Amino acid sequence: MGNHKKYWKSELELSSDNPIVNDLKNNEFVNELPADAFQNSENSLEDSSTNRRDFLKYLGFTTAAATLASCEGPVNRSIPYVVQPEQIIPGISNFYATSISDGFDFANVLVKTREGRPIKIELNKESNDNTPNARVQASVLSMYDSSRLQGPTMDGQDVSWDQFNLNVRAQLDAMKASNKKIVLLTQTFASPSTELIIKKFTKKYPNIEHIIYDAISDSKALDAFEVSYGVRALPTYDFEKASVIVSVSGDFLGDWQGGGFSKGYAKNRVPKNGKMSKHYQIEANMSLSGANADVRLPLKPSLQIKALLKIYENISGENTGVTLEDKLDSNLKTISDSLIAAGSSGVFITGLDDVNAQIIALRINQLIKSKVLNTKKLNYTRQGDDNKVANFINELSNNKIDGIIMAGVNPSYTFSENKILNKALESIDFTVSFSMNNNETAKLSKWVAATPHYLESWGDVEIKSGNYSLVQPTIKPLFDTLQFQDVLLKWLGSTNSFYDELKSNWNISILNGSSWNQALHDGIYLNKKSRKSLIYINKDLSKNVKNLLSSGANDYELTLYPKTSMGDGQQANNPWLQEMPDPISRVSWDNYLTVSKSDAKDLGLRNSNDSNGALDSNYANVSLNGKTIKIPVLIQPGQAKGSVGLSFGYGRTSGVKTELQTGVNGFEFYEKFNNTQKVSIQAVDENHEFACVQLHNTLMGRGDIIKETTLEIFNTKKSSEWNYMTQVSLNHIETPVTSPDVDIWDEFDRSVGHHFNLSIDLNTCTGCGACVIACHAENNVPVVGKSEVRKSRDMHWLRIDRYYSSAETFSGDNITKDNISGLGDSLSVFGQMEDPSENPQVAFQPVMCQHCNHAPCETVCPVAATSHGRQGQNHMAYNRCVGTRYCANNCPYKVRRFNWFLYNNNNEFDFNMNDDLGKMVLNPDVVVRSRGVMEKCSMCIQMTQKTILDAKLEGREVKDEDWNCACSNACDTGAMVFGDINDEESEVLKLKKDERMYHLLESVGTKPNVMYQVKVRNT
Amino acid sequence: MLYFCALILIQFKQLSVVRITTLSKLFSRLLKSFVSPLALNLFFALLFTFNISAQEPDIAKGKSLYNANCAACHKLNKKLIGPALKGVSAKYEKEWLYSWIKNSAALIKSGDEQAVAIYEEYNKVAMNAFPQLSNEDIDNILAYTDYVPEPVAATATVATASGSSDSSSITNDIVLGLLVVVLTVLIVTLYLVTKTLRNIAEKNGIKAQVKESQSFSIWRAFIKNQFLIFTSVILLLLSSAYFAYGYMMQIGVDQGYMPVQPIHYSHKIHSGANQIECQYCHSSARVSKHSGIPSLNVCMNCHENIAEYNGEEDLEKGYTKDFYTNEIKKLYKAVGWDEETQSYTGETEPVKWVRIHNLPDFVYFNHSQHVSVAGVDCQKCHGPVEEMEILYQYSSLTMGWCIDCHRESNIKVKDNEYYTKVHEELSKKYGVEELSIAQMGGLECGKCHY
Repeated sequence: MGNHKKYWKSELELSSDNPIVNDLKNNEFVNELPADAFQNSENSLEDSSTNRRDFLKYLGFTTAAATLASCEGPVNRSIPYVVQPEQIIPGISNFYATSISDGFDFANVLVKTREGRPIKIELNKESNDNTPNARVQASVLSMYDSSRLQGPTMDGQDVSWDQFNLNVRAQLDAMKASNKKIVLLTQTFASPSTELIIKKFTKKYPNIEHIIYDAISDSKALDAFEVSYGVRALPTYDFEKASVIVSVSGDFLGDWQGGGFSKGYAKNRVPKNGKMSKHYQIEANMSLSGANADVRLPLKPSLQIKALLKIYENISGENTGVTLEDKLDSNLKTISDSLIAAGSSGVFITGLDDVNAQIIALRINQLIKSKVLNTKKLNYTRQGDDNKVANFINELSNNKIDGIIMAGVNPSYTFSENKILNKALESIDFTVSFSMNNNETAKLSKWVAATPHYLESWGDVEIKSGNYSLVQPTIKPLFDTLQFQDVLLKWLGSTNSFYDELKSNWNISILNGSSWNQALHDGIYLNKKSRKSLIYINKDLSKNVKNLLSSGANDYELTLYPKTSMGDGQQANNPWLQEMPDPISRVSWDNYLTVSKSDAKDLGLRNSNDSNGALDSNYANVSLNGKTIKIPVLIQPGQAKGSVGLSFGYGRTSGVKTELQTGVNGFEFYEKFNNTQKVSIQAVDENHEFACVQLHNTLMGRGDIIKETTLEIFNTKKSSEWNYMTQVSLNHIETPVTSPDVDIWDEFDRSVGHHFNLSIDLNTCTGCGACVIACHAENNVPVVGKSEVRKSRDMHWLRIDRYYSSAETFSGDNITKDNISGLGDSLSVFGQMEDPSENPQVAFQPVMCQHCNHAPCETVCPVAATSHGRQGQNHMAYNRCVGTRYCANNCPYKVRRFNWFLYNNNNEFDFNMNDDLGKMVLNPDVVVRSRGVMEKCSMCIQMTQKTILDAKLEGREVKDEDWNCACSNACDTGAMVFGDINDEESEVLKLKKDERMYHLLESVGTKPNVMYQVKVRNT
Repeated sequence: MLYFCALILIQFKQLSVVRITTLSKLFSRLLKSFVSPLALNLFFALLFTFNISAQEPDIAKGKSLYNANCAACHKLNKKLIGPALKGVSAKYEKEWLYSWIKNSAALIKSGDEQAVAIYEEYNKVAMNAFPQLSNEDIDNILAYTDYVPEPVAATATVATASGSSDSSSITNDIVLGLLVVVLTVLIVTLYLVTKTLRNIAEKNGIKAQVKESQSFSIWRAFIKNQFLIFTSVILLLLSSAYFAYGYMMQIGVDQGYMPVQPIHYSHKIHSGANQIECQYCHSSARVSKHSGIPSLNVCMNCHENIAEYNGEEDLEKGYTKDFYTNEIKKLYKAVGWDEETQSYTGETEPVKWVRIHNLPDFVYFNHSQHVSVAGVDCQKCHGPVEEMEILYQYSSLTMGWCIDCHRESNIKVKDNEYYTKVHEELSKKYGVEELSIAQMGGLECGKCHY
């Protein structure tokens, strides 16, 4: 065996005396039949409300009903267009390039539409960055939300747009005449054309002040950049140029500074010529970046500041006066040395909400002359100004504001001072809210303007300087909505639509004579004019250092973060996102307080597992400045001691269906836009039930699921050492399990035609979950709800398993080990080092049906509903399936999903498939499964068949880049590669021959068509 | 229990393939025999075979000239883009007509009152100039427009034509009816005879008890013979199982489904008589999974000019010219076409056709694969559509029916580079000249079920 690391999925597995976990480990099937209830007690039968006669009645009725129903088929209507639009052919998808800019997520996307309705978000390959994440992938469902506002309202009454605009204009003119102050509070649009209109608007009404507000603010970083470079913007970071990355609390693989860095980051994560980038992460919560880091130091925020200062001290030589314990000090020394050694290919970032910390981070990059930090290309996705917003709140409480217009923001939910705002909204006469749904703010506003979804709107956005993107509608507005820009134009008295303004603005000031149609086709227009780097303004930083040193510490420090699935909570009504398990905690339908194991013990917080593996916890009362919230607790391995974490985006109360009103509102603690807060915590003895898929579907303790090694071993030793192939004895000779001699099966000849394989690189998979949602959208996977997920009946065809392992080669540990003197000392120190949950290493592994060439599921199906295709796909004929579930039981990978209930047209599962509008998102090429059948990943057979048919229609061979899978298409890091291994030129064949390649559970002899690439850590 | 049922069902499914195909063959043969042969073009042939002397304008020539030059914009009895032309020579001077037809624009320019009036009336659209037409040609055209056909002769021919074709079936009916009557008379007389005989016997005091006791003993013997009971019960069960199976197998198979459509659209007229290519209207069959019901603007490509039906009639079924013309009016209503002004009103009303071919959701079928790649004729699955007055489901659309074809048919490799390599390798592997679809993997579950 290559390594003997212990892998574990839940912190509870680490205690050997936990009976439930032990049971689960050895018991593959957790759901027992309730037969005992009937057999053991005689009373239970008699107590049952259904007696024999009733049973016979039901039986008779259902038989009769079924017979009657089967006699006559329904009459189906087919209604063609009266005038068919030229570009629409029923059955053929059209693709449109557009962009999302909802104030939190900014991305260039390609929208797949069928018969005029958008059904899926794809990557726009014209765009190099700004790729869609899981939330953007899911945003198409948010459009088909029947709880959206269907028209403008005034004092809660439906009005026409003419009436609405007339009324508001009259108000505006009156307030201008009496010079009453109005605040226009908007999201970050980063839209040149919108800014132009807003400028005109504020010019016409000088009593209006425009304030940009980001729900999750990067104002401190903006301020720091302004101090250091003289421009209020964010720099971009070219992580593909980085060989050493040091991040203090900056979750750049998550949503740090708008996110979207994973593509560049992944480029250097695959060892090439013996080299790969080295990533140090210093953080409190376990974030995506921390999970992917080579070296991770869990430190609570007050210590992070000290660590940042220490690194600064080591690099600049300027004495900061920070003293740290030896172990940490030496670790930081290593980090600093490696940054200095990397020089210009190093980068230092921080996510601390502190201007001084941000200034120092920029200075460190300046000192090492980092070329990763790019000031030629600026990032415009965050423009909010905390000071202005604070001032606004101040003026609100002093009754100095007479009117508020809000667009793209939901401050009643996202302000920590929302009580002041809510009171003001009730007392102020002129409150206008532009909103897609009746959210917390719209509910309190007098005028509510219903706005369209971005897939129904026109617009533009300059995500990064020179990277202009267009937003175009892909469907006619579903409801009587008008976009913010159009309404502003109406208020300005203009007869132009926003589209006219947009087009003329682009033709005049953006396109430089290039074609508008081409820009619209591509979705983006890149201004290739080379820009100069900004000049760093050198200043004495001793004051900043001093300010940082003065920030105190606390017993418990809270770090707030946006969760991968929910972001800032705009899409809380999206069932796909609610059901998506968090990449780290694997909890869906909830947010929670993450605590470290030792803190949990101190505070009396607990996690426990129900008999079937479902996770329970008690609550913690978390208090900050008089505010107390009761939050369920999750013990998070790798959480820094003395720190706790809570995510934004949950706890919505308005404009969201009751079933989807989950979690608690983290924004309540987001005081002064600071993501770290000093809180006090008390345990509450009350049980909370989580829907956590963490302990579901155990792999029966089989090893070699994750194969990993270190860069050093990878470079110096033969692949058989770190990518070990299980051997079996054949006539007392060790033979690899893949050898045909030890195979009980006859091998099929697959050399002719296509043979599909999917390669997944564990090195570049960041666990972002975009593939999970893409698979959801492509394959009509149903949402089952919290209680069903809790019973491990989630339907995700693709899951991303997250494994923790104990760090074995932490240089810090080596030093401690060397310093051990004497036996007594060694026992205690080793004991200390062995607490694995303090700082585990993390590996992500996307697992879907492995499409085994010798599939165990196929042989046990009594009705041959699952069978093997010659092209390598394991087929599943739903109409043939009778639901014995033998296949799922015989699957070593646990990837088969059973339809326990009818998930469509069923009021018990009131999600998008039980909603006429929500059903519009369904992919017409994939059948919606019914109750009682098994389903699983089909390797997107509808897409491979489409590719083949296209080639046949054009009379050509299929090119390698034509092969598509929903998951591999959604993967922006290139971790998933799909193709035909019978094509000599294919990328996937090269990966199959790579020495890092291995199959999951090779020793079982299933010969899967999905392969993994060994994870190499640069420790 | 369920599991066994399923197993049995699946086996039955496979068996049923044979049965259904033979049934469908029988069915189609029956259908063919009922569809009466058509009497085509008799009407026009009769009309224009007059022998007319050389000096007189030639109506037949005039017709062909009219069709070539005028019919695009004019109709005889109705306003189209231009005015109706019936009796036009009576309205205007001949000389004026010559100059108008040869160059109307010049006439309008010259300020001719009549010319300007027509120009104004028809939305200031000038008529095309026809300088190539000689005065004689124009005379011929005018003769055609003035011609009044003799309707009596026409209806007579139609009547005789249809009468002769139906005579055989009528005689059959009469013979069958007579047989039925004769049989019933026989039964009734037999009953009466036995009744009177019994009455006579009773009056004479004779009782027919011997016979009764005899039948009773047979019944008793039957009950006593357990083997006989056993075999007859088994026979009974088997035969009822046979019928139950037959009944269940036709559930969900809608072969012959012929619903009433909101517009009586005749494929017989469009695809049969007028020989319009299937894919002219069902154009998406070439590229998409759906063959697509044509949108109404496709209908209007032709029907903007064809406002009334002038073809064959089937008076017995009530398919008169008026009937068809009325159906065209329904189209106009749906698409919002105003015949008076020859323009669209914008008030549309989509037609809710009844879908005939309903594949279950769990089957993926792609027209373009079969039509464009394989080059399968539409008729292979949809039957003789060009003969269908009302469209019906010709094939059973069962899985067995699909599979049969996939087993029997070969792949169309020619001129398709996609197949070149794979066909060469696979045919070598199977040792055949031409690969069947099944050998290519066309029977795999996942190819159609996903």
